[in-house]
Amino acid sequence: MHIMKYKTQLLILPIVLSVLALLAIAVWGLRPGIDLSGGSFFEISYTGERPTAQQIHTVIAPLEIGEVRVQPTGDKGYILRQRNLTNEERQSVLRVLGTLGFVSEDQFNSVGPTIGTELLQKAWIAITLVTFSIIIFIAFAFRGVSKPVSSWKYGVVAIVTLLHDILVPTGLFAVLGVLYGAEVDALFIVALLTILGISINDKIVVFDRIRENLKRNEDHHKHESYDEVVSRSIVQTLARSINTSVAVIIMLVALYALGPETTQNFALTLIVGMVVGTYSSMLLASPLLVIWNNWSHRKQK
Amino acid sequence: MILVAAAALGFFVYTTEAPGGNLAFKLGLDLSGGTHLVYKADTTKINSVEINEALAALQAVIERRVNAFGVGEPVVQTQQGGALGGGEHRLIIELPGITDVDKAVAMIGATPLLEFKLIKPGFEASTTLPLSVGQTVPEANPDAFIDTGLTGKYLSRASLEFANGTAQVSGTPTVRVDFNAEGAKLFSDITTANVGKQVAIFLDGALVSAPVVQEKITDGTAIISGNFSAEEAKLLVRNLNLGALPVPITLESTQTIGATLGDEALAAGIMAGIVGFIILSIFLILWYRVPGVVAVISLIIYVVVMLALFKLMGVVLTAAGIAGLILSIGLAVDANILIAERLKEELAAGKKADAAIREGFARAWLAIRDSNIAHIIAAVILFWFGTSLIKGFALVLGLGVVVSMLSALIISRTFLLALGISEHTAIGKFLLRSGLKK
Repeated sequence: MHIMKYKTQLLILPIVLSVLALLAIAVWGLRPGIDLSGGSFFEISYTGERPTAQQIHTVIAPLEIGEVRVQPTGDKGYILRQRNLTNEERQSVLRVLGTLGFVSEDQFNSVGPTIGTELLQKAWIAITLVTFSIIIFIAFAFRGVSKPVSSWKYGVVAIVTLLHDILVPTGLFAVLGVLYGAEVDALFIVALLTILGISINDKIVVFDRIRENLKRNEDHHKHESYDEVVSRSIVQTLARSINTSVAVIIMLVALYALGPETTQNFALTLIVGMVVGTYSSMLLASPLLVIWNNWSHRKQK
Repeated sequence: MILVAAAALGFFVYTTEAPGGNLAFKLGLDLSGGTHLVYKADTTKINSVEINEALAALQAVIERRVNAFGVGEPVVQTQQGGALGGGEHRLIIELPGITDVDKAVAMIGATPLLEFKLIKPGFEASTTLPLSVGQTVPEANPDAFIDTGLTGKYLSRASLEFANGTAQVSGTPTVRVDFNAEGAKLFSDITTANVGKQVAIFLDGALVSAPVVQEKITDGTAIISGNFSAEEAKLLVRNLNLGALPVPITLESTQTIGATLGDEALAAGIMAGIVGFIILSIFLILWYRVPGVVAVISLIIYVVVMLALFKLMGVVLTAAGIAGLILSIGLAVDANILIAERLKEELAAGKKADAAIREGFARAWLAIRDSNIAHIIAAVILFWFGTSLIKGFALVLGLGVVVSMLSALIISRTFLLALGISEHTAIGKFLLRSGLKK
């Protein structure tokens, strides 16, 4: 199956999705959660029996004040963290909490972000460094197969694909933000890091197959165009790619369906990341390699 | 052999889970709660426009310090009082799994507050101030000093030096403090205006030394010579480098708190993990048959080894860490699938079972190796530069990748070879191949 004949058509899906994701982010933006933007801090205590955290979530939900984090403290109290509240909102929170028992407000303060600017800054530095190290590593690992495509190009293509793999789930999150009020929190950042990992792994597996096939051809003095080698490599790794995705997605669907509510968005982001990270090897990374190769050949001639 | 060892390890993981055991899993704040400390930040001496900046610096310093003590993923958060809080600035520090509040407080309190002060006219000769160099005065009269505004906030680095000046015994440990550009200018102004006078250096509110300014100092370097032992000086240098507090803080309250994600969340998460793993195992076994069974066994061993490592190394488990674990399980599954697929190809090419297994592993190995090295590089960099949750993620990922390589290559390979299935029989062929095709 010579799928690289359709290289330009293959690019349509990733490009359309990327554009849609960019549009979603540009139009709706991402809603920063209280981890990133700070918010308000409530300390309350009940006289007598303290209701469960679940009960508190249930009575607060209709107020639509976004995510509320409820933590038990001491024997009678709770700490509630949520976005900044107006005075009326604060009163209505107290009122609904009062329906669960006699409640007193011990503290109401505004709090800064738990993910401080330093942490974010360091995270960016780290991710940039990781990106460059991976280009260098891939260039090194594929140094034996510089023909016809020089090895550093594999690294660059891997990173371009990586950007796409991050962009699509982020766009999805912008949509989720509009539909369900999903907020960017610490878990979302971790999910993106995980997708980075999934994506790198998949690219390397496919590139490894291309590397092996190129080497075999050379050993057997067999002539095969680069397009054909890439096509063959994709077909050969297809079963593995699908099965690995299915295996991981099984775990993630279980987490989504059975796991706690707080990690549902996390699981969903990862499921999308897994699907995107797998198809992009085939639909984005490989066509890019082939197109880049053809283009540099034409330039040489 | 491997099976026995794995069973023993599994038993170890299970038995050490007894409540109160010091080898029980260390769970992070989001999963198990911990200690909640509230510090009041004294911002009265700070220009109101600079307060936010100073508080952000304070947050960063405390975060570095708490992380340096190996507490996994603490929460450090600034808080501004509303109507009930009286408009005061506070710092909330939450430490996971720490039950000894005093220890936690001591740990944070160890952050040194370095201040340079001038002595008010009229107090120079005061008997409450024996200001000879090197003498420590724990309770100096606070009225006798004027703040210069020069504090540890302006520190660029501290280092240990051994004095060999004429006034001191050679080899006395001193602490050299280099200020940043802003601090150097401030220090230069102070020394220029006070030649011949004493400058008092305070550490955590206690006077450590009050040298007489001999001449103006413009290079932004100060030498603190208390009567330190070498050990004390070393500790001070480390603490100063970890970050001197830009704002003085006092402990207001401590309390214990429950998990952010809730206890039910943890139970649901574990349930989801187990169900997911069972379905995954069924999938692998149905699709890949014998290699599938081997993959499942090797994955079980993998998970057991990881859990044992978490206990032995005291890794604090948080949502971020668990994400790292999910990713590394994904990589382990992938390694096994790669091997099974390659094995199928080699058999299809007409190789004997034994040779096919060896060849399949050898070919799959390159991809597994490169992918895992890429992940190890990523994990090391994220661990090095990241803080709290990124560090937690990186640690689990790094460990996971190393263990998964071992589990896929040593365990899966050994089992498949040990089973000695022959490719000559129809059953043998069926068992080793996968998928729906014959």
